[in-house]
Amino acid sequence: MITAIKRIFKLGWSSFTRDGGIATATIFILVITIFLVSLLFLFQNISQFLISSLQEKVDISVYFKEIIPEEDILNVEKELSQIPEVKNVKYVSKEEALEIFVERHKDDPVLMSSLEEVGGNPFLASLNIKAWEASQYQKVADFLEGPRFENLIEKVDYYQRKPVIERIFSLTSAANKAGISLSIALVVVAILVTFNTIRLAILNQKEEIQIQRLVGASNFFIRGPFLIQGTISGILAFLICLLLFTLICWVFSPKIEIFFPGLNIFSFFTKNFWTLFLIQIFTGILLGIISSTIAIRKYLKV
Amino acid sequence: MIKFEDITKIYLGHGENPPIKALENVSFEIKEKEFVSIVGRSGAGKTTLLKLLMAEEKPTQGQIFFEDKEVNNLKPGQLPQLRRKIGAVFQDYKLLPSKTAYENIAYVMEVIGAGDEEIRRDVPLILEIVGLTERANNFPAELSGGEKQRAAIARAIANRPEVILADEPTGNLDPYHTLDIIRLLLKIQEMGTTVVLATHNKEIINRLGKRVITLEKGRIVRDEERGRFIL
Repeated sequence: MITAIKRIFKLGWSSFTRDGGIATATIFILVITIFLVSLLFLFQNISQFLISSLQEKVDISVYFKEIIPEEDILNVEKELSQIPEVKNVKYVSKEEALEIFVERHKDDPVLMSSLEEVGGNPFLASLNIKAWEASQYQKVADFLEGPRFENLIEKVDYYQRKPVIERIFSLTSAANKAGISLSIALVVVAILVTFNTIRLAILNQKEEIQIQRLVGASNFFIRGPFLIQGTISGILAFLICLLLFTLICWVFSPKIEIFFPGLNIFSFFTKNFWTLFLIQIFTGILLGIISSTIAIRKYLKV
Repeated sequence: MIKFEDITKIYLGHGENPPIKALENVSFEIKEKEFVSIVGRSGAGKTTLLKLLMAEEKPTQGQIFFEDKEVNNLKPGQLPQLRRKIGAVFQDYKLLPSKTAYENIAYVMEVIGAGDEEIRRDVPLILEIVGLTERANNFPAELSGGEKQRAAIARAIANRPEVILADEPTGNLDPYHTLDIIRLLLKIQEMGTTVVLATHNKEIINRLGKRVITLEKGRIVRDEERGRFIL
């Protein structure tokens, strides 16, 4: 048995090295497939990141009338934070609002000079409210528009923002769905192409397999070398892919970070290295082995 | 050792073509250590007969026994055991195209689980017997017809089978090599192996003076102990 396994390895290796063209084609196709599977994984995570960072940015603000003392505002804050739909509430005082404005627009002389012209602090104190989901903002807005707060509140900016908020949410969920289905379709196509390439490679070996049967080789002894060949292709494709992926993440990471601040795919890559490693090596080896097993079965019937 | 009982083999024609009756009610028995020649014109059923014995084809009717086992009842998993006892020289050689002459012969020894040392010792010896020492590292595509045939013969004897089935083993050989191969087959038979030789080489048959089964259109027309080539 040990001799047989040793021989299977030897035969598998020698047919792998001899069939250079076929091995290259198989590896090439496998690389593409593994790459697509890894990309699917990466995009899934990137889009999750982008969606959550977009959702982070969505909020509504309640501006209070000038005369309202801070105490009352803090009471409203307390009440708001008890609504289950509210994720968090942040109080921004008049002074803070001014500071934020100055900080944001200090390089814009027109805005700064007009601020000076107005004189004093034109900003209102406000509460910044974030809900868990887009649909919940309506409820928060309704709560604030009730008669109890009529005297306190200058305006709730929900209605100005409503269309934007809804657009963002419907867009992100649509983008997410489209992305996932597109990548799954691509991966399925890639897997079918791989399977077919390996099947064609083995079709070339049809004669060889049938002769092996006729000289009394057991199915195990015939199949073994093909599985070894498939595994070698899978491992090589995996290594190429890992290298390629590392390189791409490393090169493009700074460029992507310019577009999406806070998104560093290289650090994401290093953080998820082992997950990716497993995804890639399993895709490679499983594809190699399953395709060859199915393809050989047909010819073992002699 | 080998017994054919009322064997009929019909190949179904494709589409409009009528079915072909390759063998019809063929019965015979081959004893251990016998040397039997099967003669007949092309298409008389010689190759079909050998294919049935290898279980490469199934008979339409009748039973074939090899050492008391019914060949056509063996499960696919049991076929390798049967085939390891048979050394076949195929008419179309059936050498493994992606393996060198040396590896082709080594392969059948690996299949039966021979030791590495035994393989290293025996393969060059067998190659020498068939005169292919210099072609050891060539692939079948690089060999001439005669060389392929000799490689096929070398492979058939390498795993020391109990029976050698040789289908036109001298069809592509010059008279010099033909004689060598026939002498080799005789020697193997003397050493205790059963030999079944299918041929239409009149000269060989008449020289052998061994048992001859003559097939004509799928039927046995003669089966003589010291037969001659009569068609």
